[in-house]
Amino acid sequence: MEMFISALTVFVLAVFVGVYVINRVPPLLHTPLMSGSNAISGITVVGAMISIATPGRISTILGFAAVALATINVVGGFLVTDRMLAMFRKKE
Amino acid sequence: MLSVINILYLLASVLFILGLVGLAHPKTAVRANRMGALGMLVAIVGTLLDRNVIAAGMNGYMLIAAAMAVGGLIGAALALRIKMTAMPQMVALLNGFGGAASVLVAGAALHDAVNPNLQLLIATAASGVIGAVTFWGSLVAFDKLQEWLLPGKPIHYPLQQPLNVLLGLIALALAVWVVRDPSAMAAYWGLVLVASILGVTLTIPIGGADMPVAIALLNSYSGLAGAATGFVLNNNALIITGSLVGASGIILSQIMCKAMNRSLANVLLGNMGAGSSGGASADETYAGKVKSTSPEEIAMLLETARRVVIVPGYGLAVSQAQHAVRELASLLESKGTTVEYGIHPVAGRMPGHMNVLLAEADVPYDKLKEMDEINPQFGQVDVVLVIGANDVVNPLAITDPSSPIAGMPILEVHHARSVIVMKRSLSPGFAGIPNPLFAADNTLMYFGDGKAAVQALVAAVKEG
Repeated sequence: MEMFISALTVFVLAVFVGVYVINRVPPLLHTPLMSGSNAISGITVVGAMISIATPGRISTILGFAAVALATINVVGGFLVTDRMLAMFRKKE
Repeated sequence: MLSVINILYLLASVLFILGLVGLAHPKTAVRANRMGALGMLVAIVGTLLDRNVIAAGMNGYMLIAAAMAVGGLIGAALALRIKMTAMPQMVALLNGFGGAASVLVAGAALHDAVNPNLQLLIATAASGVIGAVTFWGSLVAFDKLQEWLLPGKPIHYPLQQPLNVLLGLIALALAVWVVRDPSAMAAYWGLVLVASILGVTLTIPIGGADMPVAIALLNSYSGLAGAATGFVLNNNALIITGSLVGASGIILSQIMCKAMNRSLANVLLGNMGAGSSGGASADETYAGKVKSTSPEEIAMLLETARRVVIVPGYGLAVSQAQHAVRELASLLESKGTTVEYGIHPVAGRMPGHMNVLLAEADVPYDKLKEMDEINPQFGQVDVVLVIGANDVVNPLAITDPSSPIAGMPILEVHHARSVIVMKRSLSPGFAGIPNPLFAADNTLMYFGDGKAAVQALVAAVKEG
């Protein structure tokens, strides 16, 4: 129960941080914001890595697929965001 | 070791937050995005020190590397080749993959759990449901945007809502089963199956024009699925990231709903406006009042204009006219005219989309003005060029309370001295209603096909 309460605390506080930070992002950058948040939601990759490593065929298979999917998010998300943001550099 | 890993996760979370903070300005955004990527690297390196991963030895590392290579190649290919017009499809796919990854990780955790506690079980069920809804909902959204199988317009069938409620209740029953009998993996996969159907049935009633809201909402779901997986694994990095993404998606869907003056429920159920009751017909609105113009005439108007505002709609992007528009703007600027762009929040097909499309055409970002910033200034504008936009400049939103778009915030271009509307015909926009702007005294219609029409205008301005 105590573990749950501390996890819940982290969750609620992070939602507040999220609301304040996201509200400061101008509409100009809302598309990169979305692709960038796709990239960081690839953090599931860390859970998936542990699933691969856990003994047992089923969790290894599930983990393998999950690592691949999450890595698409990480690599695809950060790269495409970088590509877009490069277009927003100030032109002379 | 565990505390070292957790400190690395904390560092990663801080870098993610700083990455989002830096998105407040284009100048800091590139560096911010790289900070986020660094955070991901830190989190992955930390996980390589996990005792399960170390115990799996060489075999485990090889499998992880192989899976990452597969995902990395697909991700890089997608990111480098996707056209900017197709960004909504890309984000839809990434939302979906995030949801699917959560389903799989939660499933594996349930499978491996020894004496799972209530938190793990409830979180696993939540992760399975939200993740599967996200995955299939995103595939439907992708398809609607790509216009492959499903029509863009909302799909309705008898008993649609009761069926969704029934599916929801079945999912709830299966979730209870998962919690009561953790060994029943069939219950978990059954739950995922029902949620998958629900993902499809919840998304098909949403119309193509409402996809910006759907994508933003699915973005939020993918974050919530990740947060739920964080509760499954008791992993703070997942919980924090999931709630950041969840908050971001919710905020963006609210902004989009406000820009269309629709409630979220209204969008999700696929109800367009209440229907035009008593509004003027197209004939009444346009008959004898529409003035058509030529590139030469517009060139003369622009010649004397000191301040010009371009209002782009998605029609501009479809016809790939961004570069021609940029050329026209440069030409006018070289003659000392001020040229800016008025961007409606729903001008593109996802939040902020039009800004990206114009930035790609080398339009400097400080020329891109938000609706609230440009609206008070239209009175001092000499010429407004509306290119491929319709509903977002329809004054009925302000003047006719019975109109389906009544109350929707619009770009108030009708206050400008002259308005030139470039359009193929007088056909209505998504709202399906005539636009009195086209028949206004200060409006000239320039009929033509996006890119070719702008190019003809560029040629006329050069000669003039």
